[in-house]
Amino acid sequence: MRDDSVQEEQGKKPAKDDVELPRLGWVGMLRWAWRQLTSMRTALFLLLLLAVAAVPGSLFPQRASNPSNVTQYLADHPASGPILDWFRLFDVYSSPWFAAIYLLLFTSLVGCVLPRAKIHAKAMRSAPPRTPKRLSRLAEYGTVEIPAGSGVDAEQAVRDAAAVLKSRRYRVDVRDLGTERPSVGAEIGFLKEVGNLVFHVSILGVLAAVAYSGLAGYSGQRVVVEGETFVNTLVGYDTFTPGAYFNSDRLSPYSVTLDKLAVKYDRESPGHYGQPIDFTATLTTKDGPDAGARQQVLKVNDPVSLGGTNIYLVGNGYAPVVTVKDGKGNVAFQGPVVAIPTDGAYTSLIVIKVPDSKPKQLGFVGFFLPTALVDDKGVSYGSDPDPFNPQLNLNAYTGDLGLDNGIPRNVYTLDTSKMKQINGRDLKAGGIVLAPGQSYKLPDGNGTISFDGIKRFAALDIRHDPGQGFVLVFAVLALAGLMSSLFLNRRRVWIRTGNHPDGRTMVEFGLLARGEDHRLAGEAAAISKALHAKWLVPLDPQVEDGNRTPANRSDAAAGVTMSSKDQ
Amino acid sequence: MPTINAGFALLSEQFMLMAGLAYVVAFCAYAWDLVTYSKTVRRGLAVDSAAGTVSADASRLVGVGASGASDSGAIGQDLGAGPLDRGVRPSSKTHSGSDGITAGDSMRYGKEKRRAARIAVAITVVAAVVHGLAVLFRGLAAGRVPWGNMYEFCTTGGFTVALIFLLVLTRRDLRFLGTFVIGLVLVMITAASVAFWTPAGHLVPALQSYWLIIHVSIAVMSSSLFTLTFAMSVLQLLQSRREASIASGKPDKALVMRLVPNALSLENMSYRINGIAFVGWTLTLMFGSIWAEKAWGRFWGWDTKEVWTFVIWVVYAGYLHARATRGWTGTRAAWLSIVGYLCVVFNFTIVNVYFSGLHSYAGVGS
Ligand code: HEM
Repeated sequence: MRDDSVQEEQGKKPAKDDVELPRLGWVGMLRWAWRQLTSMRTALFLLLLLAVAAVPGSLFPQRASNPSNVTQYLADHPASGPILDWFRLFDVYSSPWFAAIYLLLFTSLVGCVLPRAKIHAKAMRSAPPRTPKRLSRLAEYGTVEIPAGSGVDAEQAVRDAAAVLKSRRYRVDVRDLGTERPSVGAEIGFLKEVGNLVFHVSILGVLAAVAYSGLAGYSGQRVVVEGETFVNTLVGYDTFTPGAYFNSDRLSPYSVTLDKLAVKYDRESPGHYGQPIDFTATLTTKDGPDAGARQQVLKVNDPVSLGGTNIYLVGNGYAPVVTVKDGKGNVAFQGPVVAIPTDGAYTSLIVIKVPDSKPKQLGFVGFFLPTALVDDKGVSYGSDPDPFNPQLNLNAYTGDLGLDNGIPRNVYTLDTSKMKQINGRDLKAGGIVLAPGQSYKLPDGNGTISFDGIKRFAALDIRHDPGQGFVLVFAVLALAGLMSSLFLNRRRVWIRTGNHPDGRTMVEFGLLARGEDHRLAGEAAAISKALHAKWLVPLDPQVEDGNRTPANRSDAAAGVTMSSKDQ
Repeated sequence: MPTINAGFALLSEQFMLMAGLAYVVAFCAYAWDLVTYSKTVRRGLAVDSAAGTVSADASRLVGVGASGASDSGAIGQDLGAGPLDRGVRPSSKTHSGSDGITAGDSMRYGKEKRRAARIAVAITVVAAVVHGLAVLFRGLAAGRVPWGNMYEFCTTGGFTVALIFLLVLTRRDLRFLGTFVIGLVLVMITAASVAFWTPAGHLVPALQSYWLIIHVSIAVMSSSLFTLTFAMSVLQLLQSRREASIASGKPDKALVMRLVPNALSLENMSYRINGIAFVGWTLTLMFGSIWAEKAWGRFWGWDTKEVWTFVIWVVYAGYLHARATRGWTGTRAAWLSIVGYLCVVFNFTIVNVYFSGLHSYAGVGS
């Protein structure tokens, strides 16, 4: 089918004509633009442009995948950041210019594929083209001489040849029967072009399915500490991203309790010591409020399916359990606090907010170390992800947490602008250092804090994506189309016969490939072999060799026998 | 989870060292072949042109059709069949195998024995076997497939490059690529051992999946094929420059390039290999998405590694298009093939080492 595309290009008027736009009028201009857009050159240009346009998304942080890095980048680059942002370089894949490129590309694709499909449908229904005058000019050419007295005349030979080709799955058309030179035309490989069309259409299908999956699905995150239960309702999520078609009664009210998160670290190979090798979460799940409880195991790479969603284990860490009593001796806070791991040793940031403490609110910031060691300056640091020597290091603040005025606050940061620090390494009171089971009395009668124990938490991603099955179907179709397009060959074969005055029946055949076809010689040899076998003619070794050059001896010799009678 | 076998790990490293040394010897042998070959060519040319002047009549009688070729300085090499347009693109018309003076454009083996090249291939086979053992024992030591970090991608990748090269050699005479391909394998295992070295160990949970076996092995195989076509595209560019300069009547300066088939044959061969590799890359992309869905809950998220895999795919799609676009065949298509390969290399090195993303388990730096 390469021929078609090139002919299309060649058939176009030279560029000079295209410049005379005014005379074309509006319709002409539109036609001209459409022709430009659907030309192979434009397709190629748009493809390369798409590749280039995708690159910045890997150079700059992207809001879609990493919003906090974008905020950081903007803070670090106050001058260039907003300019980059104006160009949507932090949202490359949802930017108008990226969309423009792929929409143009797909428009071009449609404009390219539809006419081709029409042409091809016609080609598939019409007979193979007429037999060329000189078969010896074709890319592959050969002859068979059926000896005199074999009882096969030219007409019979052509029918036999057609049968041979048919058994090789060619579409055949016998013509010129009853003339001096009967012949058969044959064609094979329509699936190549069909494959090409299927491929391109399926690419379009993939895009549509991806778009659908973005609209119809939803995803959310939730951090669950051991012992906690997540219920699949909107309030159950920490963050929730609905697609445009989302509607909250789609959520099936299942519940998931994290019973235990077991983590195993590599203690064996020196080069990977302390690297995690297994995360296993044991869950108790219920399909609904009244359904029976089930035990299920959730692992990385092995999501749990529940209520039309998939639940993925995407993160984990420690949640130290603390109790804070206020100045009056009342328990103002008790429970696990999720600490965000920052490195391979699970050095984790922790923020504790105690809005209920009286008379003033309390806040703590610090870090949790599963295995604390102390360096020569007296600073603790984490050295291992397993809790061999857990330690909580905190600074304490009193004052206003800023929670009461209704502004949403990130639970993992503490706004200390309206607070007074009462504990810290630089203060007289020093920092708070706690091992499990220990408690500490805050200065100035602000109460006590105690470190009661450790739990683990699991970060879960919950996703519903009705579109991804379609994506897969179209991708598989595209793959199949691609393979038939690349690996099948479209070929034409003609075989012409004639009766020689001395009684022999002369057969000549020629093959032509449409497009590149490195196996055409092999096909010629196979056809030659099959014809020889059909008429029990011993195979001439010269013909068997598929590597003949166009001007070699056997061609010339064969050319004499046939063409002398041809013309 | 099986325990790490330190003995096997050590054995693997020793094999790797031996393989490296053997590749060095093979590399030298390929280089030696190039040198002796261009000497042979020079001698052959001298004989030919002498014969050409003496028996010009005789050769015309025989109808050899090589008359006049000696004027242009490229006897026997079918350099005229340049890619003017697809109309002249051969289907399967191949030129004969090597005649000892010029490479056969069919890239089939000729009758001429090239001793140095034979030695080089023999040593490559030995080196590849030892390299294969190194990879095998690395896998046995860790009790899993040996492609879980940069060191292993590089060493296993180098092995597949060598293996695929040898496999192609059984069908076609691509020995002219020897210095290039084996040189690249050497670079890969050297880089692995010096820059990316990591002791044998278990995989982090995110990598413990059968998709690692499927996705990465296909990625490595496709990249190996892209490596071959990269080499061929570079040679194609050099060859077509040489062809142009010979056609304009300048003397043939790079006799070594007679060892290399004409530009059109190189282009066609690399197109075929690139077609296979592109299907492989499409599978890499698809399997990667399926794995991403299993591991991270979404099949596509424009993670840096995903971006670059996509970019590579689109560039090679562009390459395939270019071959069907007038004015873009030949040199421009070769450039696209080269750009595509540079993206592959970039994706593997720079992106793995310097770009952060979900795929950052390459085991470097930490
Ligand atoms: C999303 C964009 C596109 C992608 C990813 C893509 C990809 C490909 C690939 C991989 C091939 C080679 C496999 C084959 O021969 O079937 C191909 C071939 C082809 N494409 Fe596209 N294509 C795209 C858009 C287009 C557009 C817009 C056009 C038309 C203007 C087009 C026209 C063709 C044609 C005519 C061929 C056949 C070339 C041949 O016979 O070798 N494609 N395309």
